[in-house]
Amino acid sequence: MTLSFLQNYWWLLISVLGALLVMMLFVQGGQSMLFQARTAAHRSIIINSLGSKWELTFTTLVVFGGAFFASFPLFYSTSFGGAYWLWMLILSSFVLQAVSYEYRRKKGNLYGVGTYDIFLFINGCLGCILLGVAVGTMIWGAEFTVAKSNLLDPAAPVISTWDNPSRGLEAILSWRNLLLGFTILFLARVQGAIYMLDTTDGDREFQMMLRKRVLCSGVIFVTLFIIFAVVLLISPAYRVGALGHIEAIPYGFLDNLVTLWWAGVAFVVGTVLVLCGIAGVLVFKGFRHGAWYTGLGTVLVVMSLFWIIGYNGTAYYPSITDPESSLTIANSSSSIFTLTVMSYVSLAIPFVLAYIIYVWRAMSHKETEPASY
Amino acid sequence: MNDLITVVDWSRWQFALTAMYHWLFVPLTLGLGVIVAVMESICVRRGMDGKWLSITKFWMRLFGINFALGVATGIILEFEFGTNWSNYSWFVGDIFGAPLAIEGIFAFFMESTFVAVMFFGWKRVSPRFHLAATWLTAIGATISALWILVANAWMQYPSGMTFNPDMMRNEMTDFWAVALSPVAINKFFHAVMSGWALAGVFVIGVSSWMLMRRRRVEFAVRSIKVAGWVGLVGIVLTAATGHGSAVEVSRTQPMKLAAMEGLWNGGHGQELVAFGILNPEKTFDNDVDPYLFKIGLPGALSVLARNDFNAFVPGINDVIAGRDFVGGKPLDTVAYTERMERGRAARAALAEYSVAVNHGNAEGAEAALKALRADYPYFGYGYYDSPADFIPPVAVTFYSFHIMVLAGGYLMAFIAVMLLLAYVRPMWLTNKWLCLLGMFSIAIVWICSQAGWVCAEVGRQPWVIQDLMPTRAAISALSVESVRLTFWLFAAVFTALLAAEASIMLRQISIHSKETEE
Repeated sequence: MTLSFLQNYWWLLISVLGALLVMMLFVQGGQSMLFQARTAAHRSIIINSLGSKWELTFTTLVVFGGAFFASFPLFYSTSFGGAYWLWMLILSSFVLQAVSYEYRRKKGNLYGVGTYDIFLFINGCLGCILLGVAVGTMIWGAEFTVAKSNLLDPAAPVISTWDNPSRGLEAILSWRNLLLGFTILFLARVQGAIYMLDTTDGDREFQMMLRKRVLCSGVIFVTLFIIFAVVLLISPAYRVGALGHIEAIPYGFLDNLVTLWWAGVAFVVGTVLVLCGIAGVLVFKGFRHGAWYTGLGTVLVVMSLFWIIGYNGTAYYPSITDPESSLTIANSSSSIFTLTVMSYVSLAIPFVLAYIIYVWRAMSHKETEPASY
Repeated sequence: MNDLITVVDWSRWQFALTAMYHWLFVPLTLGLGVIVAVMESICVRRGMDGKWLSITKFWMRLFGINFALGVATGIILEFEFGTNWSNYSWFVGDIFGAPLAIEGIFAFFMESTFVAVMFFGWKRVSPRFHLAATWLTAIGATISALWILVANAWMQYPSGMTFNPDMMRNEMTDFWAVALSPVAINKFFHAVMSGWALAGVFVIGVSSWMLMRRRRVEFAVRSIKVAGWVGLVGIVLTAATGHGSAVEVSRTQPMKLAAMEGLWNGGHGQELVAFGILNPEKTFDNDVDPYLFKIGLPGALSVLARNDFNAFVPGINDVIAGRDFVGGKPLDTVAYTERMERGRAARAALAEYSVAVNHGNAEGAEAALKALRADYPYFGYGYYDSPADFIPPVAVTFYSFHIMVLAGGYLMAFIAVMLLLAYVRPMWLTNKWLCLLGMFSIAIVWICSQAGWVCAEVGRQPWVIQDLMPTRAAISALSVESVRLTFWLFAAVFTALLAAEASIMLRQISIHSKETEE
């Protein structure tokens, strides 16, 4: 296996993990609807429906971070150490989520059910938006410089420096990053509502509320997604040129979508599947598997997005201030030895997915016991 | 430069805060997971016996409350390697990232998948499936500990790697040397077994409270029996691997061992300070007595560190001077003044190499590379100007080590006595003073556990990677204000959540201890 092959393979795995993470954000989408549930009973239905799944989303985020660290450590050191506040806000929102499901209904929780519901709501909204912002910086760039020779300066040895004193807050205020953030939020809300339609029975009022959410959030999502797609495809991409320098290519992402035709196919098929899932739920009341359509569609679209921002010599983390510092999968990866070792480890992923699916099905087939949260 | 040092300090405080909070919950998860799994095994083996089912569910409830906060603090810890220690992430990310990713793939998914079955699966899956899920959750937590401890051990004893001057980083060359280093093996068993001991004491302590209140006496005694066995195995193996760790520290981090004992001038047949008070006046450049008071065990430190009653154990001054003996013969060690020179030479060679490569000077590059390879083992020493900079905070290391050892000795006796009484004189366990001792021991075991990590991590300063990267070079280029603010933010959030956890646990214990025996 060559280094180039392994770098491409690991970018593929990163795209799979990223896509699974966005799909699993249906948990956050569901949480963002907590206060649209009119009664405490409805809130409990939402919580119980999502309660046995939140850990998987959380774990996917952690594994996504760990895999990025192992395969592309320069991204880890540049983005996390640079866009400090962006990542800290993301992590803080997930800290709040981690305790809320377990603590909200427990006696002695000190802060009351409402506080933990607010925590879940914050994570539901902020988690999606800020993760979208973080991915947005991978498309439209960020302000950083990488100078490995800094290591030789004992007084200022830091290799990656952030060139904006706001340290990631400026990325949150970028309209393009926010556009992607809100697109992901409303996609997550659609998926959350569809998932709960699939997994909860009985309460007609609750089901109606969910259908309404699918409609409203679906319309907003589709609108935002179209705008996002247009903005993406007319944006320049930073790419390694013939002389080895990184240069801005007008309509670079559109060019990638055409050149990497399989990414284009995945993008179109994924989009159609998501739309079919939404339409199916809204048009056919007996349609019970919308989550499979939207879930699979989301995975395909997000993977294709990662492919067009990382493959074809494209810088997946462009530097606005110093394009030569931009990160590509070639200049930011781990060594061939580490990538090889990790590739053997990655052979376990299908086994892991298999037992997750097996357990998921085992836990879904039978009636639930009374609400635990 | 001053700003950088301040950022280093605040980043260290933030990482210490996160790690110490995380380590409040993790050992309980490691041990309580096993205890609950053993209890459920007994329950299933006895045909879903109602009493054992009740015991299992009670402790599983506490496991879940604790687990949530362990997860919450863990995510911050993982990402702080990037946010606060970005230079480190690049310099050794090629090696350090792999265990973290393996931990995620093998352990986190296992834990998160099966913990859902543990809590929500009682009526959805068969008893045997549920039991398997409980064991797999405990195993997942243990695998998680394995890989993060492999990563930690590698930082203290870097092996299986080489420096790539073109990429300005270290790269892995031997995965098994990283994963199976003796330091990693000892560290893994020491930490995981200490988790078993901690959970054992926790269960005994909570059961003691029930016994004092005369609530669910049979339930409490049964709990003590299971927890006692797990705790006893844990504490005995913790002690054994503690000895193994001391041998490894003596070999790989002699400065840390010297600081753990407050030993400035070493010798043959070195005594172990069983109890002592350090003289705060003692510094690197004076000759005052390092101890105000001490009780020593003759030759015990030599045995602990080198398995030989008469072995030489170097003190801080000996390590700095490069003075050590093994089997009576001088060991080929390098004095710190020379290490600093060679560290600077390595840095200069790296700079020359970069210039030569940029100018297409292959001959110059080769010569510089050769010089770099010769001096690279001392690369990190080039960041400092004085040997005194390499001495870790002696007082913190000394006291944390001694608190750990003394508390560990007490806990071993405590667990053994409680286990014995549970079998031969169970009604003695309701004695008020013994119950109070049981509850008091909960605090002791956590102090012991925290002290162990303080000793390990403070004692290795100033290194983030032994000999190669000092902590101050591992930093992110952040503003002091940013790190200070996130420190206080996390301090407030973690403390508030810890208060909630403690409150919920106490309420759960109180409520469910009132249930009648089934």
